[in-house]
Amino acid sequence: MSPALPNSFRSGPDERGHFGIFGGRFVAETLMPLILDLEKAYAEAKADPAFQKEMDGHLKHYVGRPSPLYFAERLTEHLGGAKIYFKREELNHTGSHKVNNVLGQIMLARRMGKKRIIAETGAGQHGVATATLCARFGLECVVYMGAVDVARQQPNVIRMEMLGAKVIPVQSGARTLKDAMNDALRDWVTNVHNTFYCIGTVAGPHPYPMMVRDFQSIIGIETRQQLQEVEGRLPDSLVACIGGGSNAMGLFHPFLDDPSVEIFGVEAAGHGLTQLHAASIAGGRPGVLHGNRTYLLMDEDGQITEAHSISAGLDYPGIGPEHSWLHETGRVNYLSATDEEALEAFQLLSRLEGIIPALEPAHAIAKVMELAPKRPRDHLMVVNLSGRGDKDVPQVGDILKGRNK
Amino acid sequence: MTTRIDARFAELAKQGRSAFVTFVMAGDPDPATSLDILKALPKAGADIIEIGMPFTDPMADGPSIQAAGLRALKGGMTLRKTLEMVRSFRKDDDATPLVMMGYYNPIYIYGVDKFLADAKTAGVDGLIIVDLPPEEDTELCLPAMKAGLNFIRLATPTTDDKRLPAVLANTSGFVYYVSITGITGAAAADARAVGEAVARIKRHTELPVCVGFGIRTPEAARAIAESANGAVVGTALVDALRGSLDAEGRATAKTVTAVADLAAALAQGVRGAKQAAE
Ligand SMILES: Cc1ncc(COP(=O)(O)O)c(C=O)c1O
Repeated sequence: MSPALPNSFRSGPDERGHFGIFGGRFVAETLMPLILDLEKAYAEAKADPAFQKEMDGHLKHYVGRPSPLYFAERLTEHLGGAKIYFKREELNHTGSHKVNNVLGQIMLARRMGKKRIIAETGAGQHGVATATLCARFGLECVVYMGAVDVARQQPNVIRMEMLGAKVIPVQSGARTLKDAMNDALRDWVTNVHNTFYCIGTVAGPHPYPMMVRDFQSIIGIETRQQLQEVEGRLPDSLVACIGGGSNAMGLFHPFLDDPSVEIFGVEAAGHGLTQLHAASIAGGRPGVLHGNRTYLLMDEDGQITEAHSISAGLDYPGIGPEHSWLHETGRVNYLSATDEEALEAFQLLSRLEGIIPALEPAHAIAKVMELAPKRPRDHLMVVNLSGRGDKDVPQVGDILKGRNK
Repeated sequence: MTTRIDARFAELAKQGRSAFVTFVMAGDPDPATSLDILKALPKAGADIIEIGMPFTDPMADGPSIQAAGLRALKGGMTLRKTLEMVRSFRKDDDATPLVMMGYYNPIYIYGVDKFLADAKTAGVDGLIIVDLPPEEDTELCLPAMKAGLNFIRLATPTTDDKRLPAVLANTSGFVYYVSITGITGAAAADARAVGEAVARIKRHTELPVCVGFGIRTPEAARAIAESANGAVVGTALVDALRGSLDAEGRATAKTVTAVADLAAALAQGVRGAKQAAE
């Protein structure tokens, strides 16, 4: 089923938004004119040096970029193999990589004259980033969040509200990220005339997967430069966790055409791949949801099944379409980490490096713990530390307390 | 190619009236009751029936139709069983047009070619697939036309004159004008604005134009039917069904009549409309 290998892994999508058979624009007619407008506005902005310049200024002074590339010395020693670097996206303003994309989309919304911003959020990091930039630019902000996630990511709910956003708990379905996205789409269909939908990952109808990837690619571009400065060469491998896949795509994309770079995406295996999980590549198949064709978790009748992950940000039954294509072409290897493995990595990293990671990148660290020991000491491995764990401290604290009793 | 839809509109034109189009969710609240409702609708005055294909994630539907789909899925409804239901309906009714309405994923997973063949033999006449705009015509629209099924497109208030030709290009059967920007069951449509929109669409096509979203009462149905070739009612019927269920969400002796009685009242509204200006 492997398609013919392309000349470049970086040329997609085609003009209809397809990465191989994946992607596309599977949306209601009400949204179609706006999506075409958005595509045009984005193409114009991308070609406008003033847009790029303004964005660079905000990235530097507001977000705090470039984020450091940090040699994780004690983790490297502990694992006894590859030399491990962290791309410290958790140090960005608002605490994760999400802000890179939100900044780009909010600037685009301003360009398009949209005054009302909506977003979906799982872990709340995308919601916080959106609420933050809406505060910064004086825009109305409404965030849809599954009721289950509202409960398990309380610190972020409080932050969003402090920033002036309205958080709407979503009660449908499993009350997690997928359901939040459904309700955000319903809001958008209803308020399409004045509303900009700021999607938080590399999913949704074209041009979102491409646009979010472009905004996040700063991660990989900086990594390339920074590693060149300290090591004088390319990395040997890259590792990132995958919810929809935006932090992963941001790190991977600038390296896709460097065949010596091994690339690993880590999905959430929840309770394990034979039980409830959120690993759509490992346990799903191609289908159509939320505007694009991609790997999805579903039953025989094409009904979407509920995902499970300890991490609200990975608890989604799909994945961005470009990842589906990178999987089928074999360019990227998709692995998965269970809730337990992520919890263990969360604790290890806190104690060894003095960095409390978010539960999402803890999944990436969990696989680093497997991959690094099998590689030689001169192997350079870069992990995307996509977010910090402050939001998870109450949840993980409760879980660990329950165990120590 | 003439389908039951074309025949029905030709007949209604002769009678000088607009169509009453009903939407019900297949398998809501269980397959047997749902088939009984389907059979009762033509007698109650439905000229065309849209059958919802349940889907877990109906992104253009409001709470009522979302809940109807989930009730149906809980009752074990699948796309295969929806087609069986159509087959059963066709045993006694070979005239009422049936249009299947829903989202693409279940069809994609069933297999497009197999679905079209099975739908055609079961007696389906048309398809309305909410998440397949003209940009994705190669997926299902073009194969459906080839298989002899009407592919009915949604036009919306955001579909401007520049875009209308693209939306109408591969549409057949009728055009479904969504009277509001929004999800099913939301705000009511303003009859005058709808009239203008219908006139605008008619400047671009010979096809009948039916209007839906936001029509709940016989009076509203009548007002819409004065300018459009058909008025579609969905959420109000689904709500009537829900209101007849017991505390566990199961059908009661009143379920079929609750839907049929409302349908009959709505049909009277549509029949009371002055003929749409042609
Ligand atoms: C810190 C962090 N990392 C990763 C993710 C997963 O999203 P994505 O796969 O788009 O990077 C999230 C989502 O909430 C997050 O908060």
